[in-house]
Amino acid sequence: MKHTLAVLVENQPGVLSHVAGLFARRGYNIESLAVGETEDSSISRITLVVEGDEKVIEQVSKQLNKQVEVIKVNDITNDEIVVRQLLLLKVAADLAARQEIMQIVEIFRCRIVDIGKRSLIVEATGDEEKIQAIIKSLRPFGIQELVRTGNVAMVRGVK
Amino acid sequence: MLPGAEILIDCLEKEDVEVIFSYPGGAALDIFDAFLKSKQIKNILVRHEQGAAHAANGYARASGKVGVCVATSGPGATNLVTGIATAYMDSVPIVIITGQVSTSLVGTDAFQEVDITGITDPITKHNYLVKEACDLPRIVKEAFYIAKSGRPGPVLIDIPKDILSRLVDYKECTQVELRGYKPKITGHVGQIKQVMELIKEAKKPLICAGGGIICADASAELLELAENAQIPVVNTLMGVGSIPLEHPLALGLLGTYGLAKANIAVQTCDLLISLGMRFDDRVTGSIEKFAPKAKIIHIDIDAAEIGKNVRVDVPLVGDLKIILNQINSRLQKKKNPQWLAEIEEIKEKYKIYVPAILEAGGSDVISTAEVMKRLNESLPTDIIMTTDVGQHQIWAGQFFNAKSPRSFISSGGLGTMGYGIPAAVGAQIACPKHTVLVITGDGSFQMGMPELGTALEQNLPLKIMILNNQTLGMVKQLQDHYCEGRYSSVHFRKNPDFGHLALAFGALSLKVTKQEELEEKIKQFILHEGMAVLEIVTSSKENTYPVVISGSGLDEMVGLG
Repeated sequence: MKHTLAVLVENQPGVLSHVAGLFARRGYNIESLAVGETEDSSISRITLVVEGDEKVIEQVSKQLNKQVEVIKVNDITNDEIVVRQLLLLKVAADLAARQEIMQIVEIFRCRIVDIGKRSLIVEATGDEEKIQAIIKSLRPFGIQELVRTGNVAMVRGVK
Repeated sequence: MLPGAEILIDCLEKEDVEVIFSYPGGAALDIFDAFLKSKQIKNILVRHEQGAAHAANGYARASGKVGVCVATSGPGATNLVTGIATAYMDSVPIVIITGQVSTSLVGTDAFQEVDITGITDPITKHNYLVKEACDLPRIVKEAFYIAKSGRPGPVLIDIPKDILSRLVDYKECTQVELRGYKPKITGHVGQIKQVMELIKEAKKPLICAGGGIICADASAELLELAENAQIPVVNTLMGVGSIPLEHPLALGLLGTYGLAKANIAVQTCDLLISLGMRFDDRVTGSIEKFAPKAKIIHIDIDAAEIGKNVRVDVPLVGDLKIILNQINSRLQKKKNPQWLAEIEEIKEKYKIYVPAILEAGGSDVISTAEVMKRLNESLPTDIIMTTDVGQHQIWAGQFFNAKSPRSFISSGGLGTMGYGIPAAVGAQIACPKHTVLVITGDGSFQMGMPELGTALEQNLPLKIMILNNQTLGMVKQLQDHYCEGRYSSVHFRKNPDFGHLALAFGALSLKVTKQEELEEKIKQFILHEGMAVLEIVTSSKENTYPVVISGSGLDEMVGLG
């Protein structure tokens, strides 16, 4: 099962490599990873999506907690969360195809952020399912380049 | 304004550092220059950086203090790596200081540059690359705190050359603030209640004492628990000395190379109280077959160890000394004659097995069991024994008549050959009045030998006993078990003359080739005032028994005679 972990760490160089190294040497699989500063500039938040059973996730959490720079590990998989990832996708778009692509973009409520002679760049945010659906819909037109971030996630409401 | 190196030394003095083990080099010049000004810190020059790390390790394990070693950048730092990994696996508190190329050169593949913080990331509890000299006081303070608190371990501080020479304002750091690092000390009261319940209900309780008992200085508390509740005790290799071997409740070493009586007790018990140990594969044998009838209480300071290898019925995280006091204060005295009678039967049935080698050689072959027996008879009470790694280590772990904690120092987790002699150097420096004895083999000796130079220079009266079977005996034994006796690279066709080597290092040189000489030579060896090397010629055919072959349970031992 996939677990989403929100990991608060000291905002210092080297921390990400410690965390990534830990996963590599203990044989845990990172599905996705996103990192950035939080509301407190001395703290970064790493959102990790990890595949594993309860036992593996327990070990992952404990090993993360052992790292001196790791402040807090939360498994938010079973919480009510908002999950988003960002997609940038360059799709082949000659004049004939543009109309149809723009309709798809409209339906998925994403945006076109660049128009070239023969291509468009589409920007989308959403959860894994939505991003997959967009990619699937645009694939027939010819995807020239695709880049996406890992998940970031936040628990709904006030704790 | 003070240069970084002098700030470093002052910070070390404030951490009560009295001894460092070091090897100099270009990037660390300023550190060594600054050491000259210290009246408090004795700087021991070793012969190889790995020896510095092992010596700091032996010093820490013998004294309970933090060991410190210093080396230069590049090869100086990489030579430390095995020593750091050894300390990491055995949870030994050491602080490692390495010189680094100047900040402007970091990342350019400069001469003697190596990314030592990167290399040691998996084998340090924490490490630092110092970027500003003004951070030194905080970093040194944190490093010592992290090394010795919680589950102890090595912490490395890598300091670029320009930072060592840069003049900055020195502001002392008096407090550690680490929001991500707060070791749990006291045991959860609810969990303690469950522990008390299980102890009360158990008909066949057994304690397994690990290295954590020794780290936490909790031997007295362990004995109180064992005696008041009449619970027999087995120990891991790291736990040798946590309970005196001659204590009526002590069953000795468990594990794949453990004693039969200890292993049978584990497989028979209905409650296993595991204290400060981590269920290493050498402890459990086949994990599925481990302690099949027992509920398991696991008490350890490292939450990540709990549930990692075995199923646990009651986990308890915290400092063993404090938790055992919590338990002891709630404990009602209990007698358990039936179980203790069963244990006596087990002890009788599985008396220490004396190898029947002697299949091959006859009476002129020296039996290692006989060596250990004679050695035990001659050992003074203040003995500290270090070992190398191999068959001799197993014999020492099984037979050494340990009387107190911190008296047995061996590389348990990593199994590092070449550990014994430098660890003894560190132990002897920490405890100058004790008799420090190394048990080693002819293979391990040749890995640790350079530090005899350090012992010579420091006038350390080390006692080094080499069991010379002209063979890498433990590997040979593995080839017996797993390669149908096809021996590959295990027999030394030529060995140096260990007697002459002993003389070269200024030691008394003794050699035993006949069993009847053992008693007298061992006495002479132990009583000699200075350094002494005793070579005992043993048979390459002798294996350590009993042994649990890979995939078997602890009660499925081979070689029970």
